[in-house]
Amino acid sequence: MTAPVDTSDPKQLGADTDGTQFMTFHDLAYDAGKTVFQRKAQPVGQGREGELLEVAMGPQHPSTHGVFRMDVVLDGETVVKLKPVFGYLHRNHEKIAENTSYLGSMPYTDRLDYFCSLTNNWAYALSVEKLAGLQVPERAEYIRLITAELTRVLNHTCLAGFLLQDMGALGTPLMYAFREREKILDLIESLTGARMMCNYMRFGGCRCDLPAGWLDEAKKVVAEYPKFLDEFDALLSGNEILMARTQGVGKLSAELAISAGITGPMLRASGVDYDLRKVDNYGLYSRYPFRVPLGSHGDVYDRYMIRMLEMRESLKILEPALKDIPEGPVVDPKAKLRGFRPKPGEAYGRIESPKGELGFYLISDGSPNPYRYRVRPPSLINLTILEDMCLGQTVADAIVTLGSVDIVLGEVDR
Amino acid sequence: MLGTGILKGMVETAKNFAGSYHDPERLTTVEYPEQRIASKENARQFPFLVHDTEDPMKGLRCVACQICEKECPPQCIYIVKSKDKRADYKGQMQFYPATFDIDLSVCMSCQICVEVCPFESIKMDTEFELSNTDRFGGLLVNKHQLAKSNEHYRKIHPTEAAASDAVLAAETAKAQAKAKADAEAKAAKAAAAAGPVGAVASAPAPKPSSPAAATAAAPAA
Ligand code: SF4
Ligand code: SF4
Repeated sequence: MTAPVDTSDPKQLGADTDGTQFMTFHDLAYDAGKTVFQRKAQPVGQGREGELLEVAMGPQHPSTHGVFRMDVVLDGETVVKLKPVFGYLHRNHEKIAENTSYLGSMPYTDRLDYFCSLTNNWAYALSVEKLAGLQVPERAEYIRLITAELTRVLNHTCLAGFLLQDMGALGTPLMYAFREREKILDLIESLTGARMMCNYMRFGGCRCDLPAGWLDEAKKVVAEYPKFLDEFDALLSGNEILMARTQGVGKLSAELAISAGITGPMLRASGVDYDLRKVDNYGLYSRYPFRVPLGSHGDVYDRYMIRMLEMRESLKILEPALKDIPEGPVVDPKAKLRGFRPKPGEAYGRIESPKGELGFYLISDGSPNPYRYRVRPPSLINLTILEDMCLGQTVADAIVTLGSVDIVLGEVDR
Repeated sequence: MLGTGILKGMVETAKNFAGSYHDPERLTTVEYPEQRIASKENARQFPFLVHDTEDPMKGLRCVACQICEKECPPQCIYIVKSKDKRADYKGQMQFYPATFDIDLSVCMSCQICVEVCPFESIKMDTEFELSNTDRFGGLLVNKHQLAKSNEHYRKIHPTEAAASDAVLAAETAKAQAKAKADAEAKAAKAAAAAGPVGAVASAPAPKPSSPAAATAAAPAA
């Protein structure tokens, strides 16, 4: 379905075949056209066998975002081979979930991508609802939409901070990002009781209603947020050092991205218009017009910009949603907490989490535990392509590229 | 021009630096142990057991039904049911927990125990300074440490506590009405000199023991 579009700025708009609005930001004010450096691919390992150096970066390397190891083979400073090694944080999430009740896995989903526990909750709740045929009341749908978009803003804010830290901007951007993130975390805490491990959504709705005054506070935060984004843009987006470090680095072509199953901002940075919020139209996304930012180079800078722009689009969804939210129950009265046994069957529920397509695949055999429980983690699948993006570049570039993938090891390893 | 982007960024940092001296928007940290931010009403940290009377152990609402033990995802609750029974807040004879331990090091503050408890007897505390120097016994919190009064609950979660009090009041009223009806029925039956069938009406409450007179202390079974 086609949403009304602001046509006053033809540069920002385009419509593809299925009528989805998207924009490319290379026409915008912070144009990537002013490339500072042109990079040449480094000649790799010619006649230098035996002089290559293999280095294990991680699992305790500060730049690997957790316990992740990159085995890089270096020719001088150039990466000739890179092997991502994960599994250090494996904690048997799927098997544990097959041995606990459906409800019991909900708090564990928080710990997948611990920055975005609310979207994890939603994806899991969505697949169980598909399995059990539960209906979500409208107010709960609104709460889910609002919390999910807040989570997206939160995630992208942090990512921008962390990415800059990987580039050596120690502290400043990350601290600014955390300062803003705190405002959203406060909102989430007063709603769910926890800052990160929210455990908030339930099958057929949400655990509790919004506390008094929450909507006003949320409106205030959402109204203030663009100010921070402007500040961040002024601080970073036009910064020549940032451009030099990111433009042309970690390039990923659209074909490769599609065939590797990449999703989320990383895929869109390569110029592929694919956003589950538009494709699946789950939740109430069809009610709110928003645009999907698309990159054209598929480099780290595009991935950074995509996130900055997505935040602005999320705020555009949040603003009217916070006004429109109706009164009503927040949970399907048919949903049971204890003794929940969906009828035998299988279901796959997926949402556009801030990192990409997050899906839960469940098979029920009619018992209180799922027979099979499988997570499709966007971080892991986006990470598998790391070598292709890093070959022929320097170690410092490999770190920046890893930072731009946006991984959380809790989700990669499960 | 090359360098303008950097200069623009510098201006931004300068604004933040100067602002941190006078603008609370720019300086959001507090000196923690001395200064504290009040915790949010919904905050949850670690469960506690609600009691209603002066003596915490006598007034525990928990009836050792072990539902929370079963539902707790990381299985960190350990309950031993008592051998005897005692009257609960509405005068029904119930078991009580002889042992009720929660392993602090395993609990993930998920609140599932609170949600599944049908007796409003376990709730979340907002106390977060729970570190302990004793790695073993100190992290296994027993029922004496877990017991906290309903006043405490009302203080930390006013809205939730009001709802919970209302539920309990409704239950009590229902139980009293039923006890009265039962007593009347019993009296009527006794008057009719019927056999010792016992006036057990269909009880919506959980199954333990036939509902005896409302305030009696003698176990029925
Ligand atoms: S809060 Fe969660 S982990 Fe802790 S005791 Fe309750 S159910 Fe168990
Ligand atoms: S569910 Fe409630 S009443 Fe039952 S054992 Fe747990 S705390 Fe006690």
